[in-house]
Amino acid sequence: MIEPIPASASLGTEPDDLPGVTSGQIPVIRPQGDTVMRLRDVAVSFSGRSAVRGVSFDVHEGEITALIGPSGSGKTTLLRALNRMHDAERSASVTGSIMLGDLDVYAPSTDATLLRTRVGMVFQRPNPFPTMSIYENAVAGLRFNGVRKKALLDEAAESALIAAALWDSVHDRLKTHASTLSGGEQQRLCIARALAVEPDVLLMDEPTSALDPIATKRIEELVGELKHRVTIVIVTHNMQQAMRVSDQCAFLLMGEDKAGELVEFGPTATLFSEPSDPRTLDYVNGRFG
Amino acid sequence: MTAVEIPAGGSGARTGRRVALPNRAYRSLLVVAAAIFVALVVWYLVSLVVQARPAFTTLGVSWIFQKVWDPTHNRFGLLPFILGTVETTAIALVLAVPIGLGSALALAHLVPDRLKAPLSTAVELLAAVPSVVYGLWGLIVVAPVFRSTVEPFLSSAFGWTGLFNGPADGVGLLLAGIILFVMVLPTMVAISRDVLAVVPREQVEGAMALGATRWQVLHKVVIPGARTGILGGFTLAMGRALGETVAVALIIGNSPYIAHSVMSPAATLATLLVNNFGEATGTELAALFGAALVLLVIGVAVNAVARLLVPSSALSGAVPVAVG
Amino acid sequence: MASTLAFDATSDPMVERRRQIHQAARASLRRRAISSRIAVGVCWLCLAIAIVPLVAVVAYVVAKGLPAWSADFFTHVTTPEGIPGGGVWNAIVGTAVIGLIATAVTVPLGLSCGLFLAQSDGRVASAVRFTADVMTGVPSITIGIFGYIAIVRNFGYSGLAGAFSIGIVMLPVIIRAGETAFRSVPRGLNEAALALGARNASIARRVVVPTALPGVITGVLLAVARGLGETAPLLLTIFGNQYMQWNPTKPMDALPLVIFYNSSQPYPDLVQIAWGAALLLLAVVLVLSIGSRVVAAVLRREKR
Repeated sequence: MIEPIPASASLGTEPDDLPGVTSGQIPVIRPQGDTVMRLRDVAVSFSGRSAVRGVSFDVHEGEITALIGPSGSGKTTLLRALNRMHDAERSASVTGSIMLGDLDVYAPSTDATLLRTRVGMVFQRPNPFPTMSIYENAVAGLRFNGVRKKALLDEAAESALIAAALWDSVHDRLKTHASTLSGGEQQRLCIARALAVEPDVLLMDEPTSALDPIATKRIEELVGELKHRVTIVIVTHNMQQAMRVSDQCAFLLMGEDKAGELVEFGPTATLFSEPSDPRTLDYVNGRFG
Repeated sequence: MTAVEIPAGGSGARTGRRVALPNRAYRSLLVVAAAIFVALVVWYLVSLVVQARPAFTTLGVSWIFQKVWDPTHNRFGLLPFILGTVETTAIALVLAVPIGLGSALALAHLVPDRLKAPLSTAVELLAAVPSVVYGLWGLIVVAPVFRSTVEPFLSSAFGWTGLFNGPADGVGLLLAGIILFVMVLPTMVAISRDVLAVVPREQVEGAMALGATRWQVLHKVVIPGARTGILGGFTLAMGRALGETVAVALIIGNSPYIAHSVMSPAATLATLLVNNFGEATGTELAALFGAALVLLVIGVAVNAVARLLVPSSALSGAVPVAVG
Repeated sequence: MASTLAFDATSDPMVERRRQIHQAARASLRRRAISSRIAVGVCWLCLAIAIVPLVAVVAYVVAKGLPAWSADFFTHVTTPEGIPGGGVWNAIVGTAVIGLIATAVTVPLGLSCGLFLAQSDGRVASAVRFTADVMTGVPSITIGIFGYIAIVRNFGYSGLAGAFSIGIVMLPVIIRAGETAFRSVPRGLNEAALALGARNASIARRVVVPTALPGVITGVLLAVARGLGETAPLLLTIFGNQYMQWNPTKPMDALPLVIFYNSSQPYPDLVQIAWGAALLLLAVVLVLSIGSRVVAAVLRREKR
């Protein structure tokens, strides 16, 4: 159980919109501003052909960093480099430096599976494991990592499901199959599943693009909540979503050689109102596909 | 099929030399074809039941479970053959399931992408090797090895279990089981591979993103996702093993007694039929028809279960196995 | 992997939980990594174990069968043991004749039935489909016995009885393959043709059949490969025949029979004939199987 602590004024959402999360249950707000991840000159290529390159920025603790840009600009490719998802792809090559705190993500001594307990991911289409129940899905990450104590599993599952605004609707049917949930609920289950491992960073790859507008709105609100618990990097092709939700943005654009590059990076408000680069201006004014 | 002139677009007002069949006639031809097929199947089932009936009216029902098959003394019992069928199938499956599953996992997820299609195709093609060829190979090539090396080794190393004490002739239950294993392996591998390969990529990635190791992904996500199909493949392999006739007949030693060790000669329902049908008369012939009916019932039951487990589409094109 | 992120670690249960989780993850890493390596290795081992006997069969058949292939082998009929110059010409003829008859009857019948199933989704169709699926796996010795009951008892051993039995083995395979092929024709094509006023039959001929052709050819070739490889249905129906016999109403010989009977003979020259016949049969079956895929791929490519 999480200690009740008075809600912070920076919430900004109606408690009624989020079943399961009431104002008495917001976890400790972490000191904001520390650098959690540092990217320097990151580039990803497949079989020699560059997909994205020249990416450098810092991700700050407790903030939401959005990767925006038109399709094909390499946002998802970049995101997936952050938790080494490209390891499974033989033709992929990642260069540059990605640091998680002191840890060099791509150092040979860094174990990818351990890395992924620090850097979690939520995918575009909800992908709960269909043969597992809701509870089993929620604790799947914990089980994979060798956690066996039932008390710990239960506690982590409950905390994560509460944080994902799902607890109230599922707490009495934790043993039912995950496939009985609606699309939006399934995505929230996937978020809970990722949160249960208590990662430092949560990567989200267009988490609402496969959902209906109401479910989308709920998840956006949820994401706004979650930043107090975990640092978030979110890919979105929806500018309004980026504006609503993120603290800072990285704008990527595909160059002439079909490789994506970082055009501009900065606080969201600045990027949208007074961007430095004319291409950014064009994009936020809707002049790109 | 149907002799039809194709009207040039439009309403078919102009016909050529042949008359365009009205829809109804065309449709009823198709129905007739289906009816003929069903009629053949019914005729097949009925024939076997009718021919087997005398066996059951004269011998009762319990003869199926009697231990002695001795036509010269008018004693008929199918137990040795039922046991032989079950035992050879069991040996084959005990080996085929783990090895088949492991191979299927390798083909579906471990082999480099370029090699996946060729290797899988190769395995599927091997399912088409005729059964009699396996029998020839088993008898001439493998049996001597069993006789000289494998069986003596087994009886010295495992003789204490009591299972491996038979005559080390090479032919027998064990050889039949092993060759059956080789024969059903392509079926098991092909079907398992198909279902393992179509587990959605997003679930594999979801597990990876949670910090699962390669094996954890396969074990906890991929295999459970393919559960039903794997079970269906298993059942289908069982169906094939049960029905194998000629290969087994060549290597099982054909002894009508219950085998006491894995290395003894034995017989199955199918080999009983194939060896004795030509010359049998009278009650013996009736008993053979009875055995055929028993084999049919077992075969139909197993295949029906397989069909309920595996989606039809996986069955139709995948592996045309020569069962016989 | 030490974390350098500073937290207030005293009172937050989440922090404590996270510490425990990460500790468990680190502690179990070695074990999990090793078991993953072992398990993956076992899978590779299984693949190797599976490939070895399958390759061995083909290798032996080629090695032992090739020497049997001679001019005599293909042109002479069987001779008794000890007399050189025996061949399998009569068996080749028997296999070919029986195969042709069986194919000629089952392909139209099976495809029509397949088309029927492709156009219906009702309960009757489901029952027929189920029957066809089950029949593909039924022990073929029982089908041989059926052929014996139906034909041999009344008309004696003959190639026709054999063709009948082989046909029953092939029929469900063609039906299911045909249905799958016909169902692969997109609905839209069917409806568009109907809207243009064409009749069902002409739709079938003009639209459905060409689109389904690759699948149909694949299915037919595979069914034939299967039919030719079957032995048990022939054992009880064609009886075998040492002499040349083109007439299907008489007893005939066939390649699978030759292999079966000669395998267990104590005469090496007969066993060699068996190997030669096995190689021939294997070659035919493999050519048909590979050919079916090639044809389907070529036809599909031409469609585009």
